Amino acid sequence: MTAAIKATGLRKSFGDKVVLDGIDLYVPRGTIFALLGPNGAGKTTTVRILTTLIDADAGRVEVAGHDLAADPDGVRAAIGVTGQFSAVDDKLTGRENLILMADLNHLGRTRGRRRADELLDRFDLREAAGKLAGTYSGGMRRRLDLAMTLVGDPQVIFLDEPTTGLDPRSRRTMWQSIEDLVAGGVTVLLTTQYLDEADRLADQIAVLDRGRLVAQGSAQELKRRVPGGHIRLRFADTTALGRAAHVLDDAVAEDADLTLRVPGDGSVQALRDLLDRLDATGLRPEELQVHTPDLDDVFLALTGRTDTPQETSR
Amino acid sequence: MSTLSYAASDSATMLRRNLRHAIRYPSLTLSVAGMPLIFLLLFVYVFGGAMGAGIGGLGGGRTQYLSYITPGIVLMTLASGSITTSVAVCVDMTGGIIDRFRTMAISRASLLTGHVIGSVITTMFSTALVLGVAVALGFRPDAGPLEWVAAAGVLTMVTFALTWLSVAFGVFAKSPESASNLPLPLSLLPMMGSGFVPTGSMPSGLRWFAEYQPFTPMIETLRGLLTGTAIGHSAAVSAAWSAGIALVGYAWAKTRFNRARTH
Ligand SMILES: Nc1ncnc2c1ncn2[C@@H]1O[C@H](COP(=O)(O)OP(=O)(O)O)[C@@H](O)[C@H]1O
Ligand SMILES: [Mg+2]
Repeated sequence: MTAAIKATGLRKSFGDKVVLDGIDLYVPRGTIFALLGPNGAGKTTTVRILTTLIDADAGRVEVAGHDLAADPDGVRAAIGVTGQFSAVDDKLTGRENLILMADLNHLGRTRGRRRADELLDRFDLREAAGKLAGTYSGGMRRRLDLAMTLVGDPQVIFLDEPTTGLDPRSRRTMWQSIEDLVAGGVTVLLTTQYLDEADRLADQIAVLDRGRLVAQGSAQELKRRVPGGHIRLRFADTTALGRAAHVLDDAVAEDADLTLRVPGDGSVQALRDLLDRLDATGLRPEELQVHTPDLDDVFLALTGRTDTPQETSR
Repeated sequence: MSTLSYAASDSATMLRRNLRHAIRYPSLTLSVAGMPLIFLLLFVYVFGGAMGAGIGGLGGGRTQYLSYITPGIVLMTLASGSITTSVAVCVDMTGGIIDRFRTMAISRASLLTGHVIGSVITTMFSTALVLGVAVALGFRPDAGPLEWVAAAGVLTMVTFALTWLSVAFGVFAKSPESASNLPLPLSLLPMMGSGFVPTGSMPSGLRWFAEYQPFTPMIETLRGLLTGTAIGHSAAVSAAWSAGIALVGYAWAKTRFNRARTH
């Protein structure tokens, strides 16, 4: 039993609008899994189904070994959820929010309070502990939200767009917190619209578009699946460049900056082959760069559209 | 721990949360007393002289009318507490925190139970406040200890029933605004019963309504306990109404609460 989340054939419609059209997911324990997709792709709907909030129209789900339909309380006891929208009690202080969670997790008075203080420290909320959550900044609310999710030591954590709307510094803090979670052995399923976020955090990425998974794999695997990867070699002079271009007949020479562009998928094997061929000729490039396509290229190639938000839009 | 004791401890946790809100924002509990107090002052000082004289057999006078109207004002306070309950439940149901509660392995009913018990407690506070003001104005109930205990019991019973109904309103309402409007008619019902004038003085259509609506027997029971007027069947009828309202409210709230799962 190594799967933290296993879903097959998930379907969901609202009225006649099909929102999820047969989704399969497999998330191994102790990994970070990113569900990547633009607004309206069905990310939140997927998370709401996996976390027992709504019922799917069809499909089977197992979370932490519990069947979702047969044992929703078993699933609930094993998971922690931080939704897309803040789920803190604005009329309680940060500490009271955490103690509320501790009480609902039946930790007992002393243990609950200790756990609350531990999390306040860990999420840098010590100073704001006695202030009403309603007065917190966006970044602080997100941290409190995540801290509340962790009170019960969940094995599987769901984070729906954990960094949307955060400033760059809070984003990096959040990324660090998410990475720390997995180091502690839990499994994380997060959703994101941001390619760099999936790239940075996830072991596995599933690209969701209009209710269908259009691709799945590690960031590297996804990038290799699309054209546009190449290796750039820079040579000392035009003579060397010319000779190299002659040997590597599929390459394109760019005389102006003395570089040669060799198409390739960016894998280690492709790189080794290339270097072997160069070695055989005795040519020594001055500089070597591997260019792998980024996830923007991936998304474009997979969906034929470029409507994911770009770096500038946040 | 067994499922049942989890349910009890989760409800207690939710209750603590609601009481903390109430203590942190006492203006809510006070505002529940606001409208009934305005009616009390208005009716006693503006109309009290004439009304007291007009109500047969009371011997007339402002003090006499104060003593007649106080039970109705108290019932009005209970009904006005429903608005706060309904809004608080709706704010929880439409906010983000409900999703957090729903994804936790906690007793499902605890959120609603916590609201019900919390509201009964805060409404009792508002009621005590209103009664205190009435006493300060000259209301002199002649109830003995036993009657006071019985009065408290009747008030708790009625509040419990109204609270379940307003919890249902809160779960049903799509926004806190509509949640505050739904229970509004409840707080006007005591006026259209025997709260302000005896039903015998009303035109026949209204009189029929006034005599058969739930607040009239409740007011009559309380009036009997506090001022010694005849209670008759009123106590039994009040208990039946309360049980009915509580059951309808409970069933409605529960179905609605569980139904919210499909979308
Ligand atoms: N309760 C609902 N009723 C009707 N349509 C909904 C509901 N929830 C979501 N949708 C629709 O389903 C689609 C997917 O929504 P969602 O899962 O929230 O996407 P994402 O989280 O990827 O932005 C959207 O087109 C949205 O309008
Ligand atoms: Mg979403």
